[in-house]
Amino acid sequence: MKYSIYAFLTILAFLGLSLMNVNEYIFFAGFVILQFVVLATAWNILGGYAGYVNFGVPAFIAVGAYSAVVLFKSISAPLVVQIIGGGILAGLLGLMVGLLTLKLRGIFFSIATVAVVFILETVVMNWRYVGGATGLQLTRPPDLWIFDTYTRMLFFVMAVLAVCSVSIARYIQDSFLGRGLRAVRDSEEAAECSGVPTLKIKLIACTISGALMGIAGAPMPMYLSYIEPTATFNLNYSISALGMPIIGGTSHWIGPVIGALLLATIQQVVTVTVSNELNVLVVGVLLVLFVVLAPDGILGLIKKWKQSSK
Amino acid sequence: MISIDLLFEAVLFGILLGCFYAAVSLGLSVAFGLLDVPYVAHPALLILGSYFTFLLSKTGLDPIICGLLLMPVFYLIGIALYRFYYETFERRSSDTGVRGLAFFFGIAFIIEVCLILVFGVDQRTVSATYIGSSLEIGEYRFPYRMLVAFGIAIFLTTLLTLYFSKTFNGRAIKAVGQDEGALRLMGANPVKIKQLAFGIATAVNALAGAMLIIVGPVEPAMDRIYIGRTFCVVVLAGLGSMSGTLVAGLILGIAESVVMMTLGASWAPAVSFGLLLLMLGIRPQGLFGR
Repeated sequence: MKYSIYAFLTILAFLGLSLMNVNEYIFFAGFVILQFVVLATAWNILGGYAGYVNFGVPAFIAVGAYSAVVLFKSISAPLVVQIIGGGILAGLLGLMVGLLTLKLRGIFFSIATVAVVFILETVVMNWRYVGGATGLQLTRPPDLWIFDTYTRMLFFVMAVLAVCSVSIARYIQDSFLGRGLRAVRDSEEAAECSGVPTLKIKLIACTISGALMGIAGAPMPMYLSYIEPTATFNLNYSISALGMPIIGGTSHWIGPVIGALLLATIQQVVTVTVSNELNVLVVGVLLVLFVVLAPDGILGLIKKWKQSSK
Repeated sequence: MISIDLLFEAVLFGILLGCFYAAVSLGLSVAFGLLDVPYVAHPALLILGSYFTFLLSKTGLDPIICGLLLMPVFYLIGIALYRFYYETFERRSSDTGVRGLAFFFGIAFIIEVCLILVFGVDQRTVSATYIGSSLEIGEYRFPYRMLVAFGIAIFLTTLLTLYFSKTFNGRAIKAVGQDEGALRLMGANPVKIKQLAFGIATAVNALAGAMLIIVGPVEPAMDRIYIGRTFCVVVLAGLGSMSGTLVAGLILGIAESVVMMTLGASWAPAVSFGLLLLMLGIRPQGLFGR
């Protein structure tokens, strides 16, 4: 109850911000940060709760983005339809990837997800309708709802999506699904023997995780007014979507949110002030440091600090 | 429809390419296949080897000599990397799955970005007398650079196969993947043996990196496509089989070359990843796996 009030207030705050007369750049950067909140949260549902490391994040983003492009180009669907369509298709891809977990664990699963990225990228590269390798220029529709600019609207939409994803992750964590996934992470055999329907919950987790990544990717073409495969299928998304939850802490739904807000903000600052390459380095170095020195992430550090101060 | 002649040429080129793919995968075959370490950073170290070769070859040395000179350096890098991995993950044996993977994935990105920051995103090449010219037999042309790579590949595979079957340490490396406890009873230290194996795996990567830059221009982000090629070969081969690696490399090389000839070069990246996914879906233990 208390959480839903907070969630509602957060959405209202974002609505207020996007109607305020502030620098446009905030919305441009804020969109990306909120997008990473969705991605990190989505990754954590499978990677953090169930222990299946998904390296194929860009595949899901791209399925979301390219579904949106096709919907927009063919029937000039409104943004909401694009997002729903992208989410459904990415969820289907998640279901298919989930079927791989029948046979594959650990690194085999992770490598298989990388394979999905490159196979889909090659298909899109050779698909003329969506622009192939050269990409496709898109004209934003004039529909602004109550916002001054299109970027502000997209920022608000992404804020709603972020709050929704976090709520879903929070719900999953304490539900039957979350407990089952944690049992799978600790020991799949033991979970199966104790009556946890492991295959079913893994499939559900993969589908939800994939669908959320898809909805994070769906507004991308409209945000950039442009789509191009090399940037959309970039594995840099993988390292960020995986690094943020691990740095924040994978055991609790707030972990990925902390990680994403912190790192994506640093990344935005670094991108503007130094260079684009360096922002990948920031995540990479922090990821390695945290994995080695603080395996439970920022949440683990806070816990330790609280215990020692008592 | 393409002619038999063209197909034959594609297969010939595929054989050369395949041996090359086998050679760049040998290190992974040892580190991941035999030791079960989630060594996703292997392709990144391969590219690092290419760039070091590029730097050394500026002094006028032949790229192959550069690769050989780099082997001891990479051997030490490999030992340090395994030592670190062992101390932080394996010994604590806490949830190595997710963290070990994240660790090596992070290392791969760090290497890639550092290469971009130092060398930029431009493609780099080396020069040697055998690069650029071809051997002509009848109507077929074999680029010397591919023949050199072919030679190195055969040499490395033979050397490793002999090492693993004839020497004490080599056999111990094969044994450590199967039963650590038993190895300990035989009077060998499993950690030392694994460290040695990891050093060898990384040292092989130095020469393979030199080969990579001989075969074609190299850029920092190339490690991503080589994730597919190397893991495809290793999984196809069945974990840890050296001769299997050669056969798997040939399969991938021929498949890629034929696809390039028939569908065009833009479909080439999907071949290795497609084969990999197919293999993982149908028979994860590989063609020659136990």
